[in-house]
Amino acid sequence: MKVRLSGLSKSFPGVRAVDDVSLEYEPGKLYALVGENGAGKSTLMKLLYGMLPPDAGSISLDGTSLRFKSPQDAIARGIGMVHQHFMLVDTLSAAENVILGAEPLKGGLIDRAAARKAVQGYADHFHLDVDPDAPMESLSVGEAQRVEILKVLYRGADFLIFDEPTGVLTPQESRFLFEILRRFTAEGKTVVLITHKLDEVLELADEVDVMRRGRYVGRVSREDASAEGLARMMVGREVLFRVEKGESKPGAPILELDDIQLDAAPGQRGLENLSFAIREGEIFGIAGVEGNGQRELAGIVTGLIQSGGGRLLFGNETLEKLTPSSAREMGIAHVPEDRQKTGLVLDMDLGENLMLGQEGDADIGRGGLLSPSRIRRRGQERVSRFDLRAADLGQAARELSGGNQQKLILARELAREPSLLVASQPTRGVDVGAIEAIHRILIERRDLGMAVLLFSSELTELLALSDRIGVLYRGRLTAVLDAEGCDEEELGLWITGAKGGIDVA
Amino acid sequence: MKKNWAFGLLARKVGSMSLKRIALAFWEALWPPLSALALTFLVGGGIIAAIGESPMEVFTLLFREGLSSFDGFARVLNDATPLMLTGLSVAYAFRAGYFNIGGEGQLYMGAFAAMLVATALPGAPRLLAIPLAILAAATGGAVWGAIPGFLRARFGVHEVINTIMMNFLAVGITGYLVVHHLKEQGQMIPHTPEIPEAYQLEGFGRSGWGQALGLDSANPLGPSLILALVAVLVVWLIFRRSVEGYRLRVLGLSPQAARYSGISTGWLTVRAMAASGALAGLVGVHEVLLYRHRFLDNFSSGLGFLGIAVALMGRNHPLGVMLAALLFGFLNTGALEIDIFTEVPRELVVVMQALVILFVVSASELASRRAARRRKEKAA
Repeated sequence: MKVRLSGLSKSFPGVRAVDDVSLEYEPGKLYALVGENGAGKSTLMKLLYGMLPPDAGSISLDGTSLRFKSPQDAIARGIGMVHQHFMLVDTLSAAENVILGAEPLKGGLIDRAAARKAVQGYADHFHLDVDPDAPMESLSVGEAQRVEILKVLYRGADFLIFDEPTGVLTPQESRFLFEILRRFTAEGKTVVLITHKLDEVLELADEVDVMRRGRYVGRVSREDASAEGLARMMVGREVLFRVEKGESKPGAPILELDDIQLDAAPGQRGLENLSFAIREGEIFGIAGVEGNGQRELAGIVTGLIQSGGGRLLFGNETLEKLTPSSAREMGIAHVPEDRQKTGLVLDMDLGENLMLGQEGDADIGRGGLLSPSRIRRRGQERVSRFDLRAADLGQAARELSGGNQQKLILARELAREPSLLVASQPTRGVDVGAIEAIHRILIERRDLGMAVLLFSSELTELLALSDRIGVLYRGRLTAVLDAEGCDEEELGLWITGAKGGIDVA
Repeated sequence: MKKNWAFGLLARKVGSMSLKRIALAFWEALWPPLSALALTFLVGGGIIAAIGESPMEVFTLLFREGLSSFDGFARVLNDATPLMLTGLSVAYAFRAGYFNIGGEGQLYMGAFAAMLVATALPGAPRLLAIPLAILAAATGGAVWGAIPGFLRARFGVHEVINTIMMNFLAVGITGYLVVHHLKEQGQMIPHTPEIPEAYQLEGFGRSGWGQALGLDSANPLGPSLILALVAVLVVWLIFRRSVEGYRLRVLGLSPQAARYSGISTGWLTVRAMAASGALAGLVGVHEVLLYRHRFLDNFSSGLGFLGIAVALMGRNHPLGVMLAALLFGFLNTGALEIDIFTEVPRELVVVMQALVILFVVSASELASRRAARRRKEKAA
């Protein structure tokens, strides 16, 4: 199936999300669609998938011009989309989720045998390993994604759109997904991969389409593509990939963990005998496959979780009962993993978000009453200091791009000159330009003597920023490595437990 | 002077927001209650026409008493007074994300506490007696609100269920005590003896200036209106300008962010529910000190529940609550007129109150969905 988009445009109040985009897709190829957050990638694909009506332009399949009123129309024509956020029912089985809404019937009842067989058939054919009878809630994220893919295949899609599919996957699961994608194209299906991870693009895509601020910039074949070149097309200027950082000059230990313990609980990984120290002026990275205790460790250090044993030393003081507010008082700042639900209140405006956790500060109010003019002055000062590209302080945090949201949190957390910053996934889902800025800020602060405890699932980021890297594996610290002389290969062995893994009976 | 102040406020707002956005915010806040009101009169009119009366005539009657004389308007204000307090009570808890259905129980406890203090300290000088009784009313309500708040914070028991149960407890306990222990001797009516004079508030109609303005001496409007207006102002100040109000809103919008930011969420929950209860408890001042000068068993007939409607109609904004309470005051006062002068039963007003609530809730839901959709489209 040959798909052609001509002159597609879509505007939302105040933004031209997609501006006169024309593209052609050949069968049997894998296309990557790259661009910064807000470049219009997802909107363009939603136009093609019938989720949004275009303001102008047309879509044609094999030469026939079509108008999709809803995704159902697109599905009927063989176009399928795997969303970033899964749309699955937890209490149903994998197979039931796949057939939901397109159930095979026999005498008015669901033909479960036929359903199972069809699902199993697709799964076997494309090596989409999922147990069709497994209840959804027992499946891992990678498996859940395979169920989503099966849903699309089951409905007969020949043109598959993937919206940021690797954002939720571990490196291993990503590898697995890539193999599946290659099988699709080998069978003549077309795959469009929306992403902003350039390494994936360079590895997988036959053709790379670049968008910038709603406009189509151009198409590059893989042979001609390079990370630097694509980044320049995406951002419109040169982007530094190497983080420029000088030698660290670590000082005295700021935070020491001494034999920290935490009991495992539902949804909580236990921690065992964690001991290490973070020093002034150093970035201490924590590597690990997600779910190996990173969230729990960050929680203990910031007072959100009470440890079940061991000692925390801050400076020379033993922290008896650390709470989020006492941690703030002591100079521990926190950039949380879930910036939208935890780090920000999306429905509040920028000014209000810039004072979260600091609403009691003496410089914006007195005696429990707040001074709006002082709040605004302080907010304005922070906005300009951290180059937050926002229209005004009255704008809701929800309206900011991911990168600007993260910069907003950093601006707030760093404003009080903390001595330790706990940063969890500071650049996840953030565009290239903002990643660069966030990295620069972290290094600058390190050079000024701040300590950083950095959690990241991107090994390249950890290696580029950290001075030392601790490896968390099943709730234990299995190694502390010097970032200098370490590489991804080496880290990969540690985080998967191939090195230093302790078999727990 | 006043104009300057208002203009200064506006100019300052414009400093951080564009005019267009302000207009949009106004429109978004106002269209759900206004369209709900319009729909209510449309449907209400249909019902009246079906009964065989003229809708225009009935609606005119509904507002005639309140608008034709100062005395009538004062009666409307009097009906609106307790509703302002219970509406504020619901709005306050809602700011923190909690749904306080317990206004009814809290106002019983407030009224009961005010009566108890007056009975226990009959010799108090007036200057002390009134503040003491006000404090007692607030405290009674606060305790009755704090208990469900604590249960929510400590054990996660849902406050809707809690507060409803607390209502039954309050009505039951006060009823038992009044009927069996505190009833005025030789009376059939289950009410307590009159409170000492030092505790009694007088209606404005009794004062010289009130009569000069045209108030009937039996007009019930009194100082509790001032108390309610002060409460509106204080709550507005807390919401807009205070650290406490900021924290309430953070907690209401995102409990996770509240915890992260260092707010002690459990303690704030208890505080919010206590303050909410205190506002409802102040109805006791209106009821016991001003209106009846005693505690009557089962006096409320749903003032606490009507507060939910008032808060919904007023979109949980203190000034909105004030206006919504006024509207409900008109409806209550007008109900009597309708009863007297037409074949339409006064229950029609209850029907209309219910309709307003239904429509406001639907319109608000519609508004928030529209806003969410717009955001989604913009984000895509």
